[in-house]
Amino acid sequence: MTRLSGGLIDRSRTLSFTFDGKRYHGHPGDTLASALLANGLRLMGRSFKYHRPRGVLCAGSEEPNALVELRSGARQEPNTRATTVELFDGLEARSQNRWPSLGFDALAVNDLLAPFFTAGFYYKTFMWPKGFWEKLYEPAIRKAAGLGSLSMRPDPDAYERGYLHCDLLVIGAGAAGLAAALTAVRSGARVILTDEDFRPGGRLLSETETLDGARASDWISALKAELESLPNIRVMQRTTVFGVYDHGIYGAVERVSDHLAEPGHRVRQTLWRITAKRAVLAAGATERPIAFADNDRPGIMLAGAMRAYANRWAASPSETIAVFTNNDDGHRTARDLAAKGVHVAAVIDPRPEARACADYRLIAGGIVTGARGRLGLTAIQVQANGKSEWIDCGAMGVSGGWNPNVHLFSHHRGRPVWNDALQAFLPGEGGPSGLLPAGAAAGCFSTAAALRSGAETARSALQEIGIAARLPNLPCADEEGYTIAPTFYVPGKKRAWVDFQNDVTVKDIKLAHAENMRPVEHLKRYTTLGMATDQGKTANVTGLAVMAELDKRSIPETGTTIFRPPFTPVALSVLGGGDTGLHFRPRRLTPTHYWAEGQGAVFVEVGQWIRAQYYPRVGETHWRQSVDREARAVRRGVGLCDVTSLGKIDVQGAHAGEFLNRLYSNMMATLKIGRVRYGLMLREDGFAYDDGTCARLGEDHYVVTTTTANAGLVYRNMEFARQCLWPELDVQLISTTDAWAQIAAAGPKSRALLDRIVDGFDLSNEVFPFMACAALTVCGGLRARLFRISFSGELAYEIAVPARYGHALMERLMELGADLGATPYGTEALGVLRIEKGHAAGAELNGQTTAAMIGLGSMVSQKKDSVGAVMSRRDGLASDKRRLVGLQPLDPAGKVVSGSHLFALDAPRSLDTDQGWITSACYSPHVGSMIGLGFLENGDERLGEVIVAANPLEGESAHLRVVPAHFVDPGGARLRE
Amino acid sequence: MLIPHPSLGPRDAEEFTYLGDSRLLDRPDPNAPDAESAFCDYVFLRDNPAGVHRELWFHEQGDRSWLVVTRDTVTHQVLGAEMARDVALARKGSGA
Repeated sequence: MTRLSGGLIDRSRTLSFTFDGKRYHGHPGDTLASALLANGLRLMGRSFKYHRPRGVLCAGSEEPNALVELRSGARQEPNTRATTVELFDGLEARSQNRWPSLGFDALAVNDLLAPFFTAGFYYKTFMWPKGFWEKLYEPAIRKAAGLGSLSMRPDPDAYERGYLHCDLLVIGAGAAGLAAALTAVRSGARVILTDEDFRPGGRLLSETETLDGARASDWISALKAELESLPNIRVMQRTTVFGVYDHGIYGAVERVSDHLAEPGHRVRQTLWRITAKRAVLAAGATERPIAFADNDRPGIMLAGAMRAYANRWAASPSETIAVFTNNDDGHRTARDLAAKGVHVAAVIDPRPEARACADYRLIAGGIVTGARGRLGLTAIQVQANGKSEWIDCGAMGVSGGWNPNVHLFSHHRGRPVWNDALQAFLPGEGGPSGLLPAGAAAGCFSTAAALRSGAETARSALQEIGIAARLPNLPCADEEGYTIAPTFYVPGKKRAWVDFQNDVTVKDIKLAHAENMRPVEHLKRYTTLGMATDQGKTANVTGLAVMAELDKRSIPETGTTIFRPPFTPVALSVLGGGDTGLHFRPRRLTPTHYWAEGQGAVFVEVGQWIRAQYYPRVGETHWRQSVDREARAVRRGVGLCDVTSLGKIDVQGAHAGEFLNRLYSNMMATLKIGRVRYGLMLREDGFAYDDGTCARLGEDHYVVTTTTANAGLVYRNMEFARQCLWPELDVQLISTTDAWAQIAAAGPKSRALLDRIVDGFDLSNEVFPFMACAALTVCGGLRARLFRISFSGELAYEIAVPARYGHALMERLMELGADLGATPYGTEALGVLRIEKGHAAGAELNGQTTAAMIGLGSMVSQKKDSVGAVMSRRDGLASDKRRLVGLQPLDPAGKVVSGSHLFALDAPRSLDTDQGWITSACYSPHVGSMIGLGFLENGDERLGEVIVAANPLEGESAHLRVVPAHFVDPGGARLRE
Repeated sequence: MLIPHPSLGPRDAEEFTYLGDSRLLDRPDPNAPDAESAFCDYVFLRDNPAGVHRELWFHEQGDRSWLVVTRDTVTHQVLGAEMARDVALARKGSGA
């Protein structure tokens, strides 16, 4: 066991967990990584490409190596960083990318083949033969070079989305973040403090230094208690701000119950959209390694991580350690571990002037040139003063310096600038407005400087929004400076890793340089440096430094490294935020929905609407049987269909008629009160847009209808016309689609049926003819609107009542119409009836057709202007001779397939000879065969001709006769009966 | 993005639908001799400036007003928002 004394773990409780099936124990406060180290495990994963054995490199979310699969069943979760997994009782974890086991991995043979797998390998090797990439290479590579695996089952957990607002958002609860939050909260500002860790304190939790002479964790606890007692701050642990968006909007994920075995009644994670007037970026800094031969041996980790494991988690990867550092901070690791009783074999510092800060062997002016121990470090090779020696150790802390976490700052084209003293990029010009870096993220590395920076930055941020804040009394803290000499890699012949997760070595960067892939953007894509799930947090600056040296330029001349959201990986589940299944989008139910459900209706989605598609009856085994029966019922008796989903827009005002004149291509102002007119709308480019009816209920009052699909869009366009084009007109609009339930009663017996519900209203043809409308009452006083319009070609009405009466009206009509054969019909029969009648619908009004093509060219009034009128007269549209025709197979059993293209009988089939296409097709019980509608070149002059409909998708073609588009009652006598 | 609605204050851009260049307010005179080419420009041609742009947004999930929003397309900074109706009326009033 390598558990040390002290630490911020709760030793009074023991947690049991498994890794690769074997049982281990840890304590509350442990992460999976710290618990594994405490149990003596250094080997935690395999690398992506070479399957090299890997241990943990970091102690935070930047971890590239220790990726594990958690849980089992549907909750199985791949690619989780062991360093961020909070230990819970019963946790199951497995290593990834190895077979058959972590200790022996067959694909480690890739490591021996490494000379072939250099940068650009894929680009050079898998080029030929052409078809092989998709079929052979890619699947094989994906299998071999994978990360974890998915459960392939639906995620059983719930996710949600939330919105928060504040004056100041503080990102990070380390020294700077806590000082910023304290400053802001005492000023009365509304504050949100977020931190990705499960415990506030940041780096302070991992250090032994004191604040005002006491342990840092005591100061943090007292501060936490104060913050939690105040109403104007929300402290959000386990919350990562992953991106900065426009106008002070920040994306954050709160891991609500990732630390529990199962979420229970809670959500798993919440996606927060935080709108903040100002934000302080106190995200700290990330340490970077130094590349040397075999620097990826399990047991070699960042010096700061090694110190964190010892101080915070009381765990050491080994009883004997070494440290390799080019800066003062690395020496603290040796000091702290020695103080905990761990044997420090040596500290190697390339700086000849380096001084030891405790009692350990210091090799100043030395470098590490090699490492032994395939599954766990056993010794390191050190070169100093011209001599080389092997030093035995089971772990080594490496520090190549610290990179401020500028990620969020660079989300809005913010360009970090190089600082020579710190050998790191700091936030520079640009960046998201309102986001102010502080603490280590701004290059203030000592605790005292970070505290001051946090407080002062918060004060300036609040000042900008008019809130006066005073600097709090900050605790007396460590002011120690930080000196560093640039050592990014140790030259050598063997491979030295820069990007651990993507297996990019110094050699790969040299190859990219030799092959002229020198700009950082090319370097990145050629070698895949920084393209793994850790986004190169520990690798990018080192990669850049190696390229700079090869190019004999400075680092800032070579380039910079910027970051895009997300800061750490974000699961798609939480981005979906619960918009799954029935919650994917709103579902709109018609007023008769539950009635239809009671009738056993089959439903269909029409945009957001759920409409009855057909109503199967006992004994009907195929949908066509139901649809044919429903269509016949309308032609012979009376059918009832809920048509509520068609858009209804109420238009009122002194200029309502004039307004509609300008929107519809035909005249509407001349419509008489109590009458309905069919209306066709064009788009401003002259193509047909939408159709419907326009009913005039009063001098200043019209109700227009739109197709179901375009209801929202037509309303939007009408508002555009009202507000933007003709604001001088006195007209008001409101959508009443949801306010009125509308039921079509169609068929020769529809008048007889409606006669039974109207309150003394004369429905006779003389008083209420075709295209009449009226406001009236039905069923003994219920207000209603009645329109004598027909989509089926039969005598028909549409009756509208307040939406809440729709269900009752349908029941009443069915009950009163039983002897008339009243039959409910769905959208399928509705479609059959309208194709039989030759009415254009969505398939015909598809945005590529003109009024003339659907036979309504004469409707576009030449006497007035309307939307699209000018453009409809342009050459290309006016000369289009394709016309809507009916199509009928010569063989009554023949098929008519919509989408088929039309050709003259003996013409070759090519684009040049294409004469149109079939828009709609169905089986017509009235005709007794399949029928279709389609656009055909000069179709109006070719009635009776036989043409070919080709369906190359199915390799079929059929002979069809061109007929008028009205298969039913071409003269329209039935409408007017 | 936040849009400063003239009567409702700052509103999230999610509540709006976007149309584009506010030149769509200037529908050409359909009776002019060059109406067809003027409409052709109006319907199909848009400027796409890098910088300050006046554009139309519809507050569809709100009060259903059309706004003319002035936005810098490079920085996404929103410089102002007016009711499109007021803008259109002012133009008609000035004969523009």
